[in-house]
Amino acid sequence: MYVYDAFDRRLLAERVAEFRDQVARRLSGELTEEEFKPLRLMNGVYLQLHAYMLRIAIPYGTLSTLQLRKLAEIARKYDRGYGHFTTRQNIQFHWIKLAELPDAMAELASVGMHGMQTSGNNVRNITTDQWAGVAPDEIEDPRIWAELIRQHVTLHPEFSFMPRKFKIALGASSRDRAALRIHDMALRLHRNAAGETGFEVMVGGGLGRTPYLAQTIKPFLPKRDVLSYVEAVLRTYNQFGRRDNIWKARIKILVHDLGAEAFAKEVEAEWQGIKDGALALDPAMVAEIASRFRYPDYEKLDDSPPQLAKARRDDRGFDTWMANCVANHKVPGYAVVTLSLKPQGGTPGDCTAVQMDKLADFADRYSFGEIRVGHEQNLALPHVAQRDLPALWRELDAIGLAQTNVNLITDIISCPGLDYCSLANARSIPIAQEITQRFRDLDIQRDLGRLHINISGCINACGHHHVGHIGILGVEKNGEEFYQITLGGKADENATLGTLIGPAVPYAQVADVVEDIAAAYLELRQPPQELFIDTVKRLGVEPFRERVYAAR
Amino acid sequence: MPLVENGQIVQDRYLHVEDDGPIPDRVPAIVSAQRFLANADALVRRDGSLAVWWPNDRRIAELAPWLGHLALVALQFPKFRDGRAYSQARLLRETYGFGGTLRATGDVLRDQFHFLIRAGFDSFEVKKPADARVFAEAAARYSVVYQPSADGRVPALRRRVQRAGTDPG
Repeated sequence: MYVYDAFDRRLLAERVAEFRDQVARRLSGELTEEEFKPLRLMNGVYLQLHAYMLRIAIPYGTLSTLQLRKLAEIARKYDRGYGHFTTRQNIQFHWIKLAELPDAMAELASVGMHGMQTSGNNVRNITTDQWAGVAPDEIEDPRIWAELIRQHVTLHPEFSFMPRKFKIALGASSRDRAALRIHDMALRLHRNAAGETGFEVMVGGGLGRTPYLAQTIKPFLPKRDVLSYVEAVLRTYNQFGRRDNIWKARIKILVHDLGAEAFAKEVEAEWQGIKDGALALDPAMVAEIASRFRYPDYEKLDDSPPQLAKARRDDRGFDTWMANCVANHKVPGYAVVTLSLKPQGGTPGDCTAVQMDKLADFADRYSFGEIRVGHEQNLALPHVAQRDLPALWRELDAIGLAQTNVNLITDIISCPGLDYCSLANARSIPIAQEITQRFRDLDIQRDLGRLHINISGCINACGHHHVGHIGILGVEKNGEEFYQITLGGKADENATLGTLIGPAVPYAQVADVVEDIAAAYLELRQPPQELFIDTVKRLGVEPFRERVYAAR
Repeated sequence: MPLVENGQIVQDRYLHVEDDGPIPDRVPAIVSAQRFLANADALVRRDGSLAVWWPNDRRIAELAPWLGHLALVALQFPKFRDGRAYSQARLLRETYGFGGTLRATGDVLRDQFHFLIRAGFDSFEVKKPADARVFAEAAARYSVVYQPSADGRVPALRRRVQRAGTDPG
């Protein structure tokens, strides 16, 4: 992971001092709430339905145990003993008191964490594949580049007051685990015909009221040019993005209105003027950043040690967990372990301080002190020796983090919804909880196979409902909660937006509808193992629509 | 609205000329973009410093041919959230090499000073007197910057590579 140096620490300390001053001015009445709002937002502080909420960035989803323990401490000391992991590699605390915020931020700064630019019309937390640095199919670690970009856009003098927020994601594998095409800008490392690595640049993705997938505007950008090209895109957007209508202010609208080609041309003209200037990266700069990423001192181990096979034969529970939660690692003898934060009847993405502390303990003992946070609102231990898997499994199981529903129907992505959020039209969490109850039988879940449900409590789409295999969007009709259902969306390398199946259904019927859709799939799928998403692709939404509305 | 230059509250030397008003000679005058462009050739030959007040929705490239004749360009922040003029400022400084005074006008508040200075502004029409009084303090808020910009400060990335004598402590 990236280790902060004196420069990073000093900037953060200065930021905390500034925020402390701003909070003092607010508390004394020198600043009105209206004046304070943009200042707090730039530090990730929202005013929600019941309290202030603090959103903390976890850049590229990488956490040290020191940081995770600090998050546990924050949860205990300043919140109600838990935190909530979001769909963008952030964690939120929903019950923070304004007067205590500067202290909480100072504590976070002591471990190199902050809420800067987790809100506001600036460049938000840079996200990547949560398996960056360990995925076998990766061509190089995208986090080096994510960190270079993170630093470049932090307190950027030109791009702190853009038309709207701007989200950047990076990937470096053929498989997309970072939902690249739903981002304002996405950078995918790949190799060109000459064998050089560079970035495919995509812009204009985003969900919300007008969902678009990002379009490629530069198929191959040399790595030395990544900062200047990001600058050119942001400069084009900052000047020409719409500011007259908040619903049309994201870059996706500008790209759509101009056309990707014309937008690319505008960027190209700007970029040609700056590409060989101060932003051109020389290898020493890249090496400097890369040198502060610490990599584990892996042992020389063989894949699939005999004791692992024996443990799988001996214990069915362990075998199930291995099949569901454990993925290949690029280093022989190691594995990546996903920890589901989706317990039956629970809130997707919530994690208690007790779990965080235990997890930090496990990470120290089994994963070189490192934890990852994924956009699916699950966590991962990225460097576990395969021989340690049985012991780790027993320890995880004891604290409820060995659930085997990863990528199954109860592994639901959900925003906080109307239980917390002042923008929401409808509740999200109780819908998720009800679905996990209906499908609590793991055999049924496994029979349904890979199936992603995404729930958003309003059109802002924080739960990414457009790209759920089953998408659920809460809307308000005459003061009541209704839910639109879409099918066939996905956020991977073949990203697709879901299709609406029909009129919205009332709150009480959502889980029934999901059961109907699941039942229809089981009847319609082709043997032996056609996935839900493939059945929807083959047949369209029509047979599901018929099934859902026949009885309604 | 107090005007801040070189960290001090100063009197504005410029006469703000209405679009239909006369422009006296030998007096520093500031005119609108519209008026300037309608008669640029004559205006730049006039005796006396000339400044142009440029809107944030017009390409700054249009002003480029005249920059050598202008003593000051005033850019606009209709709301502090509308940050288009930051791009215009950097383009003026870094792309077109404008060496005159660059003035921020409109909704100019204390918490924007750091960004404004870094974008190349050196004259500030500050909205609130209390903000103008703490200009120096607010401007010195950050001793570390992460990106090269119009103020010429050396970003952390380059300081790290250069190292020698740059440890911020």
